[in-house]
Amino acid sequence: MLGAGPPMLLFCLFIVVPMIAAVLMSFVKWNGLGAPRWAGGANWAEFFSDPVARTSVEVTVKLVVLSYVVQTPISLGLGLFTAGRQRYKTVYATIFVLPLLMSTAGIALLWESLLDPNFGALTALSKSTGLSFLNQNWLGDPHLTLYVVVAIIAWQFIPFHTLLYAVGRRQVPQALYEAALLDGASPWQMLWRVTLPQLRYTIVTSGILMIVGSLTYFDIIYIMTDGGPGYTTRVLSLDMYNVAFLQDQYGYASVLAVILSVVGIAIAIGLVRFSGFASMASQQEGAA
Amino acid sequence: MRRRFTVGKAVALVLATIWLVIVAAPLYYMILASLRTQGTYLTSSPWIPSGSLSTSSYGTVFDAGLGRYLLNSVVLTAVCVVLTVTISLGAAYRIVRRRSRAVSASFTVMLFGLAIPVQAIIVPMYVLIYKMHLYDTLFALILTLSAAAVPVSVLIMVSFVRDIPRELIGAMLVDGGGEWTVFRRLIWPLSRPVLATLAIYDGLNVWNNFLLPLVLTQSSSVAVLPLGLTKLEGLYSVNVPAVMAGVLLSVLPLLVLFIFMRRQVMNSLGGMIAR
Repeated sequence: MLGAGPPMLLFCLFIVVPMIAAVLMSFVKWNGLGAPRWAGGANWAEFFSDPVARTSVEVTVKLVVLSYVVQTPISLGLGLFTAGRQRYKTVYATIFVLPLLMSTAGIALLWESLLDPNFGALTALSKSTGLSFLNQNWLGDPHLTLYVVVAIIAWQFIPFHTLLYAVGRRQVPQALYEAALLDGASPWQMLWRVTLPQLRYTIVTSGILMIVGSLTYFDIIYIMTDGGPGYTTRVLSLDMYNVAFLQDQYGYASVLAVILSVVGIAIAIGLVRFSGFASMASQQEGAA
Repeated sequence: MRRRFTVGKAVALVLATIWLVIVAAPLYYMILASLRTQGTYLTSSPWIPSGSLSTSSYGTVFDAGLGRYLLNSVVLTAVCVVLTVTISLGAAYRIVRRRSRAVSASFTVMLFGLAIPVQAIIVPMYVLIYKMHLYDTLFALILTLSAAAVPVSVLIMVSFVRDIPRELIGAMLVDGGGEWTVFRRLIWPLSRPVLATLAIYDGLNVWNNFLLPLVLTQSSSVAVLPLGLTKLEGLYSVNVPAVMAGVLLSVLPLLVLFIFMRRQVMNSLGGMIAR
């Protein structure tokens, strides 16, 4: 039990080996049954000529950008709000956390039932209040569904990022605010000159998790829309799942997998470099 | 600093309250809907607790096998958490104590693991599990979910064990204790709060994971809750109260945990990464 051996073994066997295998598999044609055939760059060429993959890339980019734009300001605002020590804020913070306890499957089923166009709770609300905009075909309207998915993912993950920002805000030294107050700073100036600069590591951490997370987002889309209507919510990870497990093209699916992880890692590294954020290596030295 | 009531604060309170409603309303709806029957759900308002309420939907979902899913999830989560937390602590101690090349190299490799999304390796993982004849077993989930939890767990444990004063360890070694004694009498007791935090974090991830059970299992007898819920929905797509009862039951154990250990849970969710 004492030693780096057991976790290393688990990690290498089930994470590192599959990662290497994914790269190798992207160069073969294989349906999972017969022997894999070497395909050279054929799978990769297919990616660039595949209209579904192109759509998936577009949908994924939209999902990532929208998720970031929606989640960051709300999480930041709620995080700063719940960082206060007043009793009612603790109550708010406690309720805000609740969606984090739910599984994605649970969240998907809950929202499916809320949004059902016939018997859904929003339709009922629309009928009893007369707010007709609440009566939509939320999960069937091609112009709407992606935004609905973005909103539900935000509902799921804003609680987590709110916690991150609240923790970050509490770590800002109070002395900075006292000094700013002596200098006659307004609350608005304190936000821009003290809070936000002090939170820059939190902003980067939260941003990386948000972007990489929504890049590979799968669960809610798989359960609620399965990529539809049409291909309007078919993100890359869902495309990969379908190509692998429904069409049995493991080679081509591996191309999609490799692209997903390379882009994810590149974005993470890019954000870390761009922001001058202490790298993981120096964080382990306690420098962060 | 004297707290004054300002326009800014009022606006903040209003916005926070709007979000409170956005969070709480669906949860309230879920509870109320689970207390209807298939008939009363269609005839009464989903928002007003009028008319007859009953707990019969909870019976329905247990008849549909929810108990089995619940048991599978409990077993899977317990085994994964104990396994991950124990081996991570052991590894962290080794990484901090002995600065050999192999050990620090393995640490670096694990850090890279933080950046690999499970989605990206799910296809080879499936092939591997299939070739190992572990497809459709809980054991496959135990191995893969623990492996996926290794990088974050080791990182957190290393950053904690590193902060344990060397003098304490040195003193114990001078007194004639071996490495194992140091681990058992010093590291283990000191790390208990962190272990609890880590256990909650890992436990939540395992309990709620959907993709691995979806790809690596298929029978109802090994289905865990998130997967079981979707099976339930397939079975009862028109019986909303039953589905909501299932969702509620799946989150209930975590809710109980949360009520008793609120501070610890919130620390483990937010604090782990923000640190």
